[in-house]
Amino acid sequence: MKITLKIKRFNPEVDKKPHWESYTVEVEPTDRVLDALHEVKWTQDGTLALRRSCAHGICGSDAMRINGRNMLACKALIKDVAKDGVITVEPILGLPVVKDLIVDMEPFFAHYRAIMPYLVNNDPPPERERLQSPEDRARYDDTTKCILCACCTTSCPSFWARGEYVGPAAIVQAHRFIFDSRDQAGEERLRILSEPDGVWRCRTVFNCTEACPRGIQVTKAIGEVKEALRTGVIR
Amino acid sequence: MPQYHQFDALVVGAGGAGLMAALHASRSVKTAVISKLYPTRSHTGTAQGGISAALGNLEEDHWEWHAYDTIKGGDFLCDQDAVEIMCREAIDAVIELEHMGLPFDRTPDGRIAQRRFGGHTNNITKKPVMRACHAADRTGHMILQTLYQQCIKQNVTFFDEFQVVDVLVENGACNGVVAVELATGEIHVFHSKATLIATGGFGKMWKVTSNAHSLTGDLPAALLRRGLPLEDMEFFQFHPTGIYKLGILLSEAARGEGAVFINGKGERFMARYMPTLKDLAPRDICSRCIYQEIREGRGIDGKDYVYLDFRPEVINRYFEEDGNPKRVDAHYLEQKLPDIIEFARVYLGVDPITQPVPIQPTAHYAMGGIPTTNDAEVLADETGRIVEGLYAAGEVACVSVHGANRLGTNSLVDLVVFGKRGGIRMAEYAKQASFRPINRDAAAKEGAAQLERIRNSNGTERPSAIRKELQALMDDKVGVYRTGAGLEEAIDHIRDLQARYQRIRIDDKGYKWNTDLMEAWELGNLLELAEVTAYSALWRQESRGAHYREDYPQRDDVNFLKHSMVWKNGRLEVRSKPVRITRYAPEERKY
Repeated sequence: MKITLKIKRFNPEVDKKPHWESYTVEVEPTDRVLDALHEVKWTQDGTLALRRSCAHGICGSDAMRINGRNMLACKALIKDVAKDGVITVEPILGLPVVKDLIVDMEPFFAHYRAIMPYLVNNDPPPERERLQSPEDRARYDDTTKCILCACCTTSCPSFWARGEYVGPAAIVQAHRFIFDSRDQAGEERLRILSEPDGVWRCRTVFNCTEACPRGIQVTKAIGEVKEALRTGVIR
Repeated sequence: MPQYHQFDALVVGAGGAGLMAALHASRSVKTAVISKLYPTRSHTGTAQGGISAALGNLEEDHWEWHAYDTIKGGDFLCDQDAVEIMCREAIDAVIELEHMGLPFDRTPDGRIAQRRFGGHTNNITKKPVMRACHAADRTGHMILQTLYQQCIKQNVTFFDEFQVVDVLVENGACNGVVAVELATGEIHVFHSKATLIATGGFGKMWKVTSNAHSLTGDLPAALLRRGLPLEDMEFFQFHPTGIYKLGILLSEAARGEGAVFINGKGERFMARYMPTLKDLAPRDICSRCIYQEIREGRGIDGKDYVYLDFRPEVINRYFEEDGNPKRVDAHYLEQKLPDIIEFARVYLGVDPITQPVPIQPTAHYAMGGIPTTNDAEVLADETGRIVEGLYAAGEVACVSVHGANRLGTNSLVDLVVFGKRGGIRMAEYAKQASFRPINRDAAAKEGAAQLERIRNSNGTERPSAIRKELQALMDDKVGVYRTGAGLEEAIDHIRDLQARYQRIRIDDKGYKWNTDLMEAWELGNLLELAEVTAYSALWRQESRGAHYREDYPQRDDVNFLKHSMVWKNGRLEVRSKPVRITRYAPEERKY
């Protein structure tokens, strides 16, 4: 089938501001939006810049705004997103655009690093594995799925309004450790998230949950962190 | 002016092997990691089913059994001392990952859960053994995340989205690398005492592949240009269960949990070929059996694919037939295999819980690569001479622990064990070595020249067209089945493509985030490695592991129980070195 891709373009070496370009490509309905973007890049205009790697929704490189919603281009099928044969593609919002669909991810990763995204356990390690019951393991399973693609954070109005807000992805990552029975730094992370740009900036809009390509219940995870802060109990 | 950096230890590549090396090296020397992707985008993250170690958490197991399985799986081409190191150290490596925080699935008593995987057996009963430690079907994701988390904790220095274009090898020693910063196009010279390459595979030379777009073999090609050899390049694994036409991987963990192959006649055909292990035979064998079925007209509707069937009632029926008391239901499978079930739903519109899934073999893993010692030191030739200050680990390296065919889960074992050994060894070396002088301007100029040649090339050929032709050619002539005549044609065709590559043109002449330029440069690397792969495959006149020659269908231990090493200095040259055998004598491979 023929479709039209409307892509927001910006080349920092040429353009003063972004502009829209349209491309018509021949694709299969079951192709990915990433395939259509490659078709443009490989047969019509090689200057189109985007990040991508694994092309099946695991590496988290190709988050973009497709028809106004954050998705991974490699996980969005043409038949599911084309409206009257048209698909609009633009960079995710709230991070500085560097070129075309590529944004500066550093502010996003800085928030991630700020919440101590690593296991802290100061007891001497046992000779074998630390034991963890299947129930304790299940407690934080959902948030281990995060691939740091930024679909959630860059769909959040609170983050758009204030880039200093740590954002949903960083809270998801904090959740993954706060509720891990092996970890000992939960309270420290909760302190960080109780700061003015921490978890309370979340207004429970649910955009993050809708945007997550991994199906993580992001708003629920944020709610559990808020609950732990309110009650002072991690459970 | 190029930017200049100096580090005791440099790691190129930020997947499992690179991060493991960086964690260990940075404990004692000034270390930096350079990666063309953000570390969490690395392909280790897509590994699914598990990482094997003879923990014996669920049933009797021994690392010696793991070693024998690995060697037999590799069709006796593995260097056995290296395999013994890997399987012995796998146990501590998995425990180390758990201590770092890796969220493994758990047994009811809280220990690391393990499952069956292809070719991993109880050596006494010959039946499958539960050896693969896992976190659902996203074990690689968890390993990559955990190692990156530890790097943040340890404050490791990263240069993200920098593409290394040259390795400074001179007079038998390595002094660093030249890289381009993708965001700016600026050239950076990294001066080091020790450099470890961990850039993964190069499966993008094939069309149907599980490999990421970024897996283009940039660093092995750079070493080839610097006059160093590559080992066992004819051995590339085709994983039996790629999603039909797309090549996206459906983990062997599906079969570990009981899934079976079904042909167009509704028959579980692996029972006919491999009566003991059946669907859990090693990957090379399963891939050939699938093609055999297709060739004999027993594909689905006579077409070029078969089914992977993991509907609960089908799994349970065959469990019963095999005398296995285990039973599964939809909920259990959704817990154990969530990602691959989703892949089938998203990309095929097929629900594996209620429908069989169309699959075909997919180009997956390089057994060959940069030759190294058991401590990840890069070899300069077949005599064991090393390149001072240069190391390699993970898929890009050839130790060789996988021989002619890798067992499932052993890639993750390889990268943590040898990533760690490499990191420790490079740090030991860097502590006592001094910086060798380099000519930084000349180095930068040479690196930049590679890119300027492409930027300024005013030909008519589109790189994407050449790449597409290469991939179709490799699928056709350098795939699961090979012949001498086909390989000769492939080599001629690749050389023709190389000539056309000299006349390319790209659209983007800029410097900032010029992905047009970088893709074209990567294509040059793929063309180099494709030629080497086909040439090595032509040289090996036997069938062993993943390398199957229809004109030489038998394994030939008299003439070919040896590793190939190939150089490209003007023209290609193959030499060989013996396989190191410790206690496992080569025998016929039956399952």
